[in-house]
Amino acid sequence: MTTQANLETLPRGLNIALAVGFIALAAFPFASSEFYAQMVARMMILGIFAMSLDLLLGVTGLVSLGHAAFFGIAGYALAFLTPQGEPVSLWWTLPVAVGASAAGAFVIGFFVVRTRGIYFIMVTMAFAQMLYYLFFDNKVLGGSDGIYVNFKPDAHLFDLEDKRVFYYFTLGTLLLVYLFLRRLLWSPFGRSLAGVRVNEHRMRAVGYGTFGYKLAAFTLAGALAGLAGYLWAAQTGFVNPELMGFQMSAHAIMMVILGGMGNFAGAIVGAFAFEWLLHWFKDLPEIGGFNAGKHWQLWMGIFIVLAVTFARRGLLGVLASLGARKERSHD
Amino acid sequence: MTEALLSAEHVSKRFGGLAAVSEVSLDLHQGQIHAVIGPNGAGKSTLTNLLSGDLAPTSGAVRLAGLNVTGWSPEKISRAGLGRSYQKTNIFLPFTVWENVRLAAQSRSQHAGRWLHLATGFADTNERAERALELAGLTQRRHAVAATISHGEQRQLEIAMTLATGPRVLLLDEPLAGMGTMEAERMVQLLLRLKAEHAMMLVEHDMDAVFALADQLTVMVNGEVIARGTPAEIRADIGVRAAYLGEEAHP
Repeated sequence: MTTQANLETLPRGLNIALAVGFIALAAFPFASSEFYAQMVARMMILGIFAMSLDLLLGVTGLVSLGHAAFFGIAGYALAFLTPQGEPVSLWWTLPVAVGASAAGAFVIGFFVVRTRGIYFIMVTMAFAQMLYYLFFDNKVLGGSDGIYVNFKPDAHLFDLEDKRVFYYFTLGTLLLVYLFLRRLLWSPFGRSLAGVRVNEHRMRAVGYGTFGYKLAAFTLAGALAGLAGYLWAAQTGFVNPELMGFQMSAHAIMMVILGGMGNFAGAIVGAFAFEWLLHWFKDLPEIGGFNAGKHWQLWMGIFIVLAVTFARRGLLGVLASLGARKERSHD
Repeated sequence: MTEALLSAEHVSKRFGGLAAVSEVSLDLHQGQIHAVIGPNGAGKSTLTNLLSGDLAPTSGAVRLAGLNVTGWSPEKISRAGLGRSYQKTNIFLPFTVWENVRLAAQSRSQHAGRWLHLATGFADTNERAERALELAGLTQRRHAVAATISHGEQRQLEIAMTLATGPRVLLLDEPLAGMGTMEAERMVQLLLRLKAEHAMMLVEHDMDAVFALADQLTVMVNGEVIARGTPAEIRADIGVRAAYLGEEAHP
């Protein structure tokens, strides 16, 4: 694990770029087709998911390879809570679903945060796979086919069935989670998590019960992943075991690394970039009998390798150094 | 004599067949520096780790301010009033000097678990960190990143972080290691200043510093205590001279 967090303090230029990006997201539904607005809403949900993982990966230094478990738990919670024939209220199902993810993360975290390094990676993956097969193998839990969520949650004050309303609800959630995590990063709790990443041994020697800090971070990250999973289930109207699958966890790690770890903005940028690339690679044409689109994972793999090799601080780091160069040339 | 703030009672540590520390007893009193000397591999660092909770003793007991802390975790022992520094510099390298000390001070703040307030805005933590920084003589270097300061300054930072937790007992594992003459002299002055308000154990190879600072000396060889006394008594002890204070005492 690297000890140097990337861009914990965001340069002013980057903050301006992020604000512009936010305005662009707010304007997007007016400038595009419904199909693309849906796709961007999906990217925003994954952005929330990636940020929740960044709290573990980039801030606390815990490489969880099972984070999708908590994404899936809240998604399934919404599926179970939504009746066949009518919608269910957002205002109690959202806290219950997020609470279920948090509870799951607390219980799993209680065992896994005792381990370190490669063992932590292995046990988080093992727990997520256990959950995956629990849902995959049990017909009462939906089995391998999953469960339909026939209605979007009823928010009373606004109508989430309206795709544009859902888009803005997701955008608002993304912004709130981002601002919350940025604030947390510089709080006493956030600084302690950074201390755990850099030198846990020393943290304990000056009197921090690091187990409690790591467990709190793991639980909070699980809860926020659940928030994303709830939105995902509501948007797609469908949950299946793949939500908790290894691929989902691995993709989240790639998003965070691609965008740049430890500052939450990178996680959002990474989620957008990853999803956009995925879409782009899958749409590659057939060239002389070779179906390039079918092999999207190959292109994605090559891209990630190149990005990690040449842009250590991720896409956000590239943006930051472009900004820094521009500032220098103005001097 | 006042009651000891920290006492080790027949503490032993075995690693498989190797007795790293055997039946060591030792008392630390406020206002006194108790130096532990001995050749490499004598078990001095292991003893420090046993007292600080980094290692659990195989047998024996450790008492800290009247509490039996044998087998406690390092964080619990730290909270009970013990601070230690490490032989190999053990700090938060990517953080600034200030953040290193502030984070150490924050561990004693009632606000340590807050998650929506700015970490730098708590007066209790800041004051404690400021005082530790000043004591260690690092106020001028507060904005420097810890990885970029000199080795001597990193040693000072070690001490500052320890002081920021407000300990009553200090275990210092070779605070002078690798320091130049000027830096070493500064450190000796710092330890003298700290002496009055702390009970201190000093593990050190620099014999000039040890004899300048120590009130009590314990000599360890192969995990066992072979001699104990005031600096004058130890100097006079022919056996110790033969075993330790000969050639290898002055590296």
